[in-house]
Amino acid sequence: MGTVFSFDVPADLAATALPGVLRWLHWVDATFSTYREDSDVSRYGRGEVALADCAPELGEVLALCAGMRAVSGGYFTTRPGGAFDPSGLVKGWAIEHAAAMLRDAGSRNHSVNGGGDVQCVGEAASGRPWRIGIAHPLRPGTLATVVTGRDIAVATSGTGERGNHIINPHTGKPAIALAGITLVGEHLTTIDAWATAAFAMGDGAREWTESLLDCEAFAVTRGGDTWQTSGFQAFAA
Amino acid sequence: MRRIFLAIGGTVAGLVVLLGFKSHGGPALAGVAAGTANSKPYGQASAAASGAAGGSSGAGSSSGVISTAGGGRLITGDVANTAYGPVQIQVLLKQNKITKVTVLEQPQSTENDIRIGDFAFPKLIQETLTAQSDRIDSVSGATYTSGGYIKSLQSVLDNGA
Repeated sequence: MGTVFSFDVPADLAATALPGVLRWLHWVDATFSTYREDSDVSRYGRGEVALADCAPELGEVLALCAGMRAVSGGYFTTRPGGAFDPSGLVKGWAIEHAAAMLRDAGSRNHSVNGGGDVQCVGEAASGRPWRIGIAHPLRPGTLATVVTGRDIAVATSGTGERGNHIINPHTGKPAIALAGITLVGEHLTTIDAWATAAFAMGDGAREWTESLLDCEAFAVTRGGDTWQTSGFQAFAA
Repeated sequence: MRRIFLAIGGTVAGLVVLLGFKSHGGPALAGVAAGTANSKPYGQASAAASGAAGGSSGAGSSSGVISTAGGGRLITGDVANTAYGPVQIQVLLKQNKITKVTVLEQPQSTENDIRIGDFAFPKLIQETLTAQSDRIDSVSGATYTSGGYIKSLQSVLDNGA
């Protein structure tokens, strides 16, 4: 299934700044999608091409993935089901880059939401920080909490709409302790990858996210309880 | 601000549906542009903003704004010809808040479209209405695929923001 992107951009920049951003997002899909047989990622994953023959951005993504893997003790992985799949990092990375493109185009305040992961720049309106609702993973149609801030990145990881499971790479089994976990920080590339890793950790995510600098977390457990890192209150609305 | 959303990727390669909404200064359902990655849809962005959809199927209601007896406004968007088929949405506003979202026309021609129609609308429209009451700018969740999200009209949250 495709990803839906939502943009809040200054009205005067919408027509001029967005076309380039949309071209970028299409290019990312064409290059990195594991659903496209002919994408660089698919061909590289099948061993048909060497890294040197792929877009240079693939090398950049692989380097970032290696860093995420190290920080997460291997819970972030580019082989979530065995096959090569860097999607856990690509989405946040693509969105953060899209937000940077809008900034380069002259916008100081905007937000880009891709499939539920959000990069906000500046503020929502003069004097008002962005307010991001977190969809409750167990009670569709309601919000679990609201976070607020300027220049914030918000990523939520959990079971998808069709019940797609995130696998714990150390056990090979679906991660089931949490219904959903949301990480909040400044840069979506990192926050998105860490959210995926955190969900795969299950109960271990609490200690891990508490240890991370520049990141706070809010989680809903499978039983419906919630927990948050000690600094999360700074983002609470 | 202007809120715009689109879908990229999916089973129909390169589907792009671009919907534009004014975030402040009064709600308006701009027109809808559609295209594929191989065409040049982004040049239609300004056409979308002015409400010129690329040809109507003829089966939808007329777009426009009417006042209702209860003091609300019923806003009907243009029919959008997407790669999946025509899409038309209608929004009922009371005191500038969305109270009801109706899909007047949705694609029915493929198995994928039927899944969009049956599965995604009720849940995510309710989520939109709930989020709107809290004056939310955007929603983060692990549940949004293109079919559900685009029909959930999350982009109309701005009316309550």
